[in-house]
Amino acid sequence: MDISQSGTRQTIITLGLLSGALILFTGAVGMIAAFHEREVVNDFITLGQLVLLITPVIFGYTAANRLGMTGEAPMVVLGGGVIIGLLTTLPTTIMLLFNSDEFRFLLDWSLRLAPFVVATAIAWRMRRQRAETLTVVGSWLLVTALLGIVTFSLALIFEVKGDLRSVLVNINRDWVDVVTFDNRRELLQGILIFSLASVLAGFLGSLCYYLPRTPRRALFYGLSVTLLVGAFGETVRLVLQENLERDTLNQLFRRDTLRQNAALGLLIVSTVVGYLWAAFGDRARHGFQNLGGQERRTTQMIGTALFVALLLMLPWLIGRTLSDVAVTIGLFVLMGLGLNIAIGLAGLLDLGYVTNYAVGAYILAVMTSIGPLGLMKGSFSFWMVIPIALLAAMFAGFIFAVPVLRMRGDYLAIATLGFGEIIGKLAISDWLKPLIGGAQGVQAIPKPIFLGTELKNPEQLYYIVLVACLVTLFVSIRLNNSRTGRQWMAIREDEDVATAMGIDTARAKLLAFTLSAATGGVAGAIFAAKVGSVFPNSFTVFISINVLSLIIVGGIASNPGIVVGAVVLIGLPELLREFSDFRFLLYGALLIMMMINRPQGLIPTKIVSHEIRAGVKAKAAAGD
Amino acid sequence: MSQMFKWNTDEFSWVDFTIDVLRILIVLAIVVGSWNTLSEGRISFAQWVNLFIAGLSQGSIYALIALGYTLVYGILLMINFAHGEVFMAGAFSTVFLAEALNRTGFLNQQPVLAILLMILFAGLVSMTVAILLERIAYRPLRGSPRLVPLITAIGASFFLQYTFRGLYGSGFKAYPQVKILQGSLQVGSINIPTVQIFVFVSALVLMFGLYWLVERSRIGKAMRAVSENKEVARLMGIDIDWVILFTFGVGGFLAGSAGVINGMFRPQGVNFFMGFIPGIKAFTAAVLGGIGNIPGAMLGGLFLGVIEAIGPNLVLAGLGIPGANQLKDVIAFTMLVLVLIFRPQGILGERLSEKKA
Repeated sequence: MDISQSGTRQTIITLGLLSGALILFTGAVGMIAAFHEREVVNDFITLGQLVLLITPVIFGYTAANRLGMTGEAPMVVLGGGVIIGLLTTLPTTIMLLFNSDEFRFLLDWSLRLAPFVVATAIAWRMRRQRAETLTVVGSWLLVTALLGIVTFSLALIFEVKGDLRSVLVNINRDWVDVVTFDNRRELLQGILIFSLASVLAGFLGSLCYYLPRTPRRALFYGLSVTLLVGAFGETVRLVLQENLERDTLNQLFRRDTLRQNAALGLLIVSTVVGYLWAAFGDRARHGFQNLGGQERRTTQMIGTALFVALLLMLPWLIGRTLSDVAVTIGLFVLMGLGLNIAIGLAGLLDLGYVTNYAVGAYILAVMTSIGPLGLMKGSFSFWMVIPIALLAAMFAGFIFAVPVLRMRGDYLAIATLGFGEIIGKLAISDWLKPLIGGAQGVQAIPKPIFLGTELKNPEQLYYIVLVACLVTLFVSIRLNNSRTGRQWMAIREDEDVATAMGIDTARAKLLAFTLSAATGGVAGAIFAAKVGSVFPNSFTVFISINVLSLIIVGGIASNPGIVVGAVVLIGLPELLREFSDFRFLLYGALLIMMMINRPQGLIPTKIVSHEIRAGVKAKAAAGD
Repeated sequence: MSQMFKWNTDEFSWVDFTIDVLRILIVLAIVVGSWNTLSEGRISFAQWVNLFIAGLSQGSIYALIALGYTLVYGILLMINFAHGEVFMAGAFSTVFLAEALNRTGFLNQQPVLAILLMILFAGLVSMTVAILLERIAYRPLRGSPRLVPLITAIGASFFLQYTFRGLYGSGFKAYPQVKILQGSLQVGSINIPTVQIFVFVSALVLMFGLYWLVERSRIGKAMRAVSENKEVARLMGIDIDWVILFTFGVGGFLAGSAGVINGMFRPQGVNFFMGFIPGIKAFTAAVLGGIGNIPGAMLGGLFLGVIEAIGPNLVLAGLGIPGANQLKDVIAFTMLVLVLIFRPQGILGERLSEKKA
């Protein structure tokens, strides 16, 4: 077989252009330039450059995998990697040329010619499929006219505006600097360097395919660990600060980035460890599975005990800044566990979860505030109000649930979304201003006091969140295994059948909404106490979407999944500031990709992953 | 939804009871509020008419967006939650064209041509976005459980918002003023701003065009066939994938043109988040008219626009709520919930089976 084989060619070109489109897209939305601000290894590579180079590696490897599977010769596979590397740079290169002053004429000419070229290509294809001449000519005219309108408009815009970057704000100097590896002045040279680097990356990616399995995995572990530690240098440094001498730390890090020799050392150590794990990990797992029941239980007990000890020690290990992040993650875990009762257990897609959060926060704010809006002028403490906030949120959940009991699926989702928006608008309105302060919100919320000490640090608040999470976790596990839990499962599977089986669906659904609202209220109350003030702007649809995303990404109905989802989706943007601008972009992309490729989530429960596999086929067969 | 009216059944259901109580409370609030406002007579007849006409213009924009929801729902039984972002894509992209046309002076020399160009451009941009959305995000999910495409659509919605934020920046951009749309028309004692007439008329033209496309053209026939029964349509030799793509494209085109019309109507600014709220409202309009029903979506849009314009002044102000116009959106979303509770089949919709609703 050779490279001109159409299937092979198509794989390579598709993957190459996909990789190129990805690079151009991340550049055009500003991700690459933003990530360039963060160095992964000091004076060696930044996160932005890493994105540029790792993409062809991944796509090269994917292509090699596919081609190798169909039994292509090594030359073809490696050549494919090179071509993918080259194609990766193509869209970005074109954009660079369009953006430069010398090659601006290319943009003008392509806008002039594009309608004719595309229309002719389409007409040619139709002709080959033996369409009638009249249809072909008609389509040619139509496509030319429509595309002509678009390109004429674009040409007009760029002509009047003068350049690309006054429209596409992120096609700017910073971006050019990153993709040309600091050769903005010598554009062609920069493009050459970029292409060579990308080709090399694509080649290396496809070369990885020929590594034996164990070293490949070892290399993968080693590189991922090193790059992650490098990317999260600031975080790692903060953690090490608590436990290491200052001098040792300075040898490893230069400000917040990993030093080169430290990175090399880390790479070697983690690769060796990765090698050992890749070589002997399976054996260890088998060994564990072959243990007797008693021994296995003991090992699991020890594991759990260690994990609990780690959770308890966490604030000491990670310091103040990270404890703050941990509290935020904890609040979202709390909400995730709550919303999971509705979405995961009972299958009710609730997009108005922010309602409960807002109710909890405002109840706590109004009851405990010592400011002008405080109802009790400080005579109520945090601990007295938490149960009230919980009950109030449950009540709100109940009230909002009654009207939607008859709705299903997507209508339910939209209706609850509507509730969320209503609450947001009411919170900011003049009508409720005398009560909850309108746009100014409620201020001067005192911190909780426990046994005489004011819990004002995130390290201390962490324990409140931890306890709340553990209680919720316990309740939700017990609920799932209860009679009610089985009723919810029946409703989730098929509401009509559940009704026919004699389940009081209205009651079960109300219970799900009410219980799920409870933790939202507690999370809101803790949030209000943590921040010390409450503003209506904190309670937008984004909260609901955040919680929904972490459940979906982690795995519906899966408690460990929710924790992992919260750490990834809430923790990462908090730790990598460069990320936070692109948070919802990535959430959106993640939701789409998860739904298409892995609807059961990262850490699925057994039932759900089984259902997904069986259910899709059954539903598809039923034509639903 | 056959248990909508449970008056005649023997079994007592407290859910129905609560819903009936809710129904009575709402009717009471509307009656009391309207009575108060009208008896005080703070707002003159001419002002009511003005509000009504402004509502019609806003409503015709909702109607154009709502058509996209309805077309897609009619064929795929799926709520394209990201449709508001399709609207945003056209409106946001065309701001640059409008600025360019304004700076060359063409916008005020040849306003009709310029606006036509803008509408076409916005329509084509939105169409492209809608088609890509269908091709990349929704097509792989056909035949999966119903919540899966909905969650995908939510993801797509945020993805698109933040993509355009990344592309064009996060600030507000304003559409330039067109001179001939600035005046107003005097009819008796009533003063109608020209721009509102423009909005209403151009929306009507577009809707008529869509009606012609669906009812009279060959591809429209195919669309109706696919929405009736996909399998049979396939057997009749209709390319289902192409029809679905075309439907998304048409819906996108209408949304994009609505974006330009909206820009003329409310020039204060467009940004990446502008599509979210109109998207939900247009969905409300689509449900109001009976989702899947094309004339219904048009009527629902107009109805919602009018209610939104008159409701706060009539009902909320009458109930003594300060800053009633801030609560415009609350009225719209309350409408959404109320329609979903009391008449999920909409004004014109036939009764859908339980599975569909």
